[in-house]
Amino acid sequence: MNAYVASLVRLRSLVWKEAIQIVNDPSSILIAFVLPVLLLFLFGFAVSLDNTKVRIGVVLTERTPESESLLRTFQGSKYFDVQVDTDRRAMEKELVAGRVRAVIVVAPDFSRNLVRNGGAPGIQVIADGSEPNTANFVQSYVRAAIGIWSQQRGLETAFDAPGSIDVEGRVWFNSSLESKNYLVPGSIAIVLTMIGTLLTALVVAREWERGTMEALMATPVRIHELVLGKLIPYFCLGFGSMVFCTLVAVLIFRVPLRGSLLTLSLVASAFLVGALGIGLLVSTLTRSQFVAGQIAVLLGFLPAFQLSGFLFEISSMPLPIQWLTYLFPARYFVQALQTTFLAGDVPRLLWINVLIMIGFAVLFFVLNARVTKKRLN
Amino acid sequence: MPDATNTNGSGPDHDSLVQVRDLTMRFDGAGRPALDKISVEIRAGSVIGLVGPDGAGKTTLIRILAGLLHWTEGEVRVLGYDPRKDPEQIHLRTGYMPQRFGLYEDLSVEQNLDLYADLRGVSGNERTERFKRLLEFTALRPFTKRQAGRLSGGMKQKLGLACALISKPTLLLLDEPSVGVDPISRRELWRMVQELVRENIGVVWSTAYLDEAELCQSVALLNEGQKLFDGPPADLTRRVQSRTFAIELHGGQRAVLSKALKLPQVIDGVVQGRSVRLVFRSESERLNPAEIGAEPGAGLKPVSPRFEDAFVDILGGVTEKESHLARRMRIGNGTNGGAVIEAEGLTKHFGTFVATDNISFSVQRGEIFGLLGPNGAGKSTTFKMLCGLLVPSAGRASVAGFDLQKVGSQARNRLGYMAQKFSLYGDLSVQHNLEFFSGIYGLDGARSREAVRDMIEIFALGPYVNTTSRELPLGFKQRLAMACALMHEPEVLFLDEPTSGVDPITRREFWGHINSMVEKGVTVLVTTHFMDEAEYCDRIALIYRGRMIALGHPDELKKGARTPALQDPSMEDTFVALIRRFDENNPDLSDAVSSGGRSAGTLRKPKQERPQ
Repeated sequence: MNAYVASLVRLRSLVWKEAIQIVNDPSSILIAFVLPVLLLFLFGFAVSLDNTKVRIGVVLTERTPESESLLRTFQGSKYFDVQVDTDRRAMEKELVAGRVRAVIVVAPDFSRNLVRNGGAPGIQVIADGSEPNTANFVQSYVRAAIGIWSQQRGLETAFDAPGSIDVEGRVWFNSSLESKNYLVPGSIAIVLTMIGTLLTALVVAREWERGTMEALMATPVRIHELVLGKLIPYFCLGFGSMVFCTLVAVLIFRVPLRGSLLTLSLVASAFLVGALGIGLLVSTLTRSQFVAGQIAVLLGFLPAFQLSGFLFEISSMPLPIQWLTYLFPARYFVQALQTTFLAGDVPRLLWINVLIMIGFAVLFFVLNARVTKKRLN
Repeated sequence: MPDATNTNGSGPDHDSLVQVRDLTMRFDGAGRPALDKISVEIRAGSVIGLVGPDGAGKTTLIRILAGLLHWTEGEVRVLGYDPRKDPEQIHLRTGYMPQRFGLYEDLSVEQNLDLYADLRGVSGNERTERFKRLLEFTALRPFTKRQAGRLSGGMKQKLGLACALISKPTLLLLDEPSVGVDPISRRELWRMVQELVRENIGVVWSTAYLDEAELCQSVALLNEGQKLFDGPPADLTRRVQSRTFAIELHGGQRAVLSKALKLPQVIDGVVQGRSVRLVFRSESERLNPAEIGAEPGAGLKPVSPRFEDAFVDILGGVTEKESHLARRMRIGNGTNGGAVIEAEGLTKHFGTFVATDNISFSVQRGEIFGLLGPNGAGKSTTFKMLCGLLVPSAGRASVAGFDLQKVGSQARNRLGYMAQKFSLYGDLSVQHNLEFFSGIYGLDGARSREAVRDMIEIFALGPYVNTTSRELPLGFKQRLAMACALMHEPEVLFLDEPTSGVDPITRREFWGHINSMVEKGVTVLVTTHFMDEAEYCDRIALIYRGRMIALGHPDELKKGARTPALQDPSMEDTFVALIRRFDENNPDLSDAVSSGGRSAGTLRKPKQERPQ
């Protein structure tokens, strides 16, 4: 048997061994297939950054065609669940009790003012500031709704608004502005970090702790075979998990996948190899499951969660933190993922991210090759 | 082989496999070197025993030979190669079995063998033949589908050996292959290695069992990194020629031994059934049996020296001549005598498997009671039921009059427990571990401080108080574990293989402590694989296949095992004979089934049972 074949046999055997261990160990299956489902459901259903059906109260002291028409605008919105009352104080009580998030008070002289000055009607919005996001949303939505309403009224009544500008907002890529459309692709980044970095760090450190690494080292096995023997199975596991996540995202959550599967595979592979590199490096340096787990969470999981732009928008972070995000591959991955899912194959946006991720992967493997030695000291 | 010629300049020597000259190994930051100018030679077709106390440098030497460690100074040639430059060549030609089980517990026996065969490039017909041979050799054939983690301790070691032998190594490096292995499996391992030696393989066998070392062709004795002896074991044993004696007694052996050890001319002594065996500092020194409290008429009888006597002698004899523990333990005979530990029909099922079947015995106050048996025989299950960690399926266990199932916590306040595995907090210092355990046992304020101070003094932990317990040398770990189990002055002490892997000197110290406590009325229940330790026991229960197959004083059991061929059986002979006899009388339990049953004891971890 020549040396090349012998090496392939060793590698095949190491990969096979790892595969058996993965199958025998429920925790790796849990991380690869159950955790993603949990995460996807969490971000797909439970965590929603959209405001759907905010309960608001509208106070109408007098019912005129104008005020009725404004009310219908609010009632017609899918974002509001509207309660109507004529008594302002009763509605304020509802607000204090938290049963409505905002109160829109239409002034008693609303219609008269409207007719007289043609467009400065008295409307007050009282929002519940204990939920600032909702408060902001309600305020700006009410303002926008009134703007649209008055324009429509202008169109209906008379063509007396020659200078008015027709502002029509349109949101691209995620036209319904649904947060699941970017949270679900983002959570694939979390899952791949878990498998690539955390799981890999733990399984290699486990070999050191249990003494199996020492026994392996005393055989003719080569370092690169050992590294590949870990890399290949966990790459496959991660890739399988990514495919699974994508299926769940597209079929169950109806997240659009506008890019090609090939692009998605390329993007995910580039990230996965880098994540595996970090995992291997951490476990080789620590040789302890506990420490490796801690460091992997710190270097892999937390940045993927906090600094990747998956949950928190990078552009709204303080500047030093923004710089920090450049140090973690997760940032590039989340960008590339969201591009692939929501915008499609846009080479100009994708290639730079993919190249940087490949750069990280190469860096970690060079470091790995330098620190891994086939001996104990 | 390239330049496999020797390095000592006396012409080619094809039998010399390993040459080590002036090998020095320093680990970063450590004060004394782990190995200090060691020279040793290993020859084909022989076993070299590597012995020495904990921290002597045995594992370091083996790892260097395996090409896994780079050393500081000196010259090492293994099979003609420099392990630093050509580790791959060495890995191709040597088999190495690390001290810890190095195989994959979640892979089956077969999968482990397949992996190692692939890693070592054994394929085709060669592989088929090799597997056939090794499975016969190790008697593992019925268990090829079983996960390695579910094998008994002895079978795991055999599998480890099989994996190390897969590509017919020229040199075999075994690091403490027999730790935690019962006498029967130990004999089998030894027989296997002897067969390899006949095939002209060179074997390095590091061990804490000196009876094994005595059987090796040559022995290298290391201590604190230095080689104290190298040669045939008989040469070392000759040092203690006509210095070994026994006094036969009819009781009170422990008191006699502790008095004898206080005398300056006695360097070593052990209890051996009803006798006390002593080693004198020189040939001319003797003692008067009466002065150590021996009964009138008892005389010194010369006995033949053993390798262990010489080992203790060369290391300077027993240093801890008196246990100060007795002073601290205040358990009087105040509480009435009679049975302290009672087992009544203890039975434990794990599913359909019967781990223990109707085991009954009682232990009297101030007695040392030994539980012996092969790995997986049901000894640990019995032990755990007696200290309240497992609930019996049937039967009753009580300690100090408390039924463990009804008033477990009260019973547990009266007992001290030292687990088989090191179970202290590795990240806490010695001081903090002691303080923690004193808190656990409800000692507070002055009592706690006093207990901690006493324990540090009694077990000579002074130099290590601020060391984290993980970094302690093994002997000190065991001392600390014992100290923690004794903080609350328990009247019953449960010791589960307290000396596994511990060197003879530390073991003697341990038994010194145990003896002195027992003299104060403490009752001890102990499990061990060291047959010489079984000799300290007042009574022994031999557990096999879940049953108690023998119960009695060591001397009585030995008497029962006597045959015309074996007039004076050792404890180990007795152990083996009793088990063989049981198997012969119960042929319905065929051998394959028996091995299955034996290991099935470890099939389910008792952990899965909810501890009460």
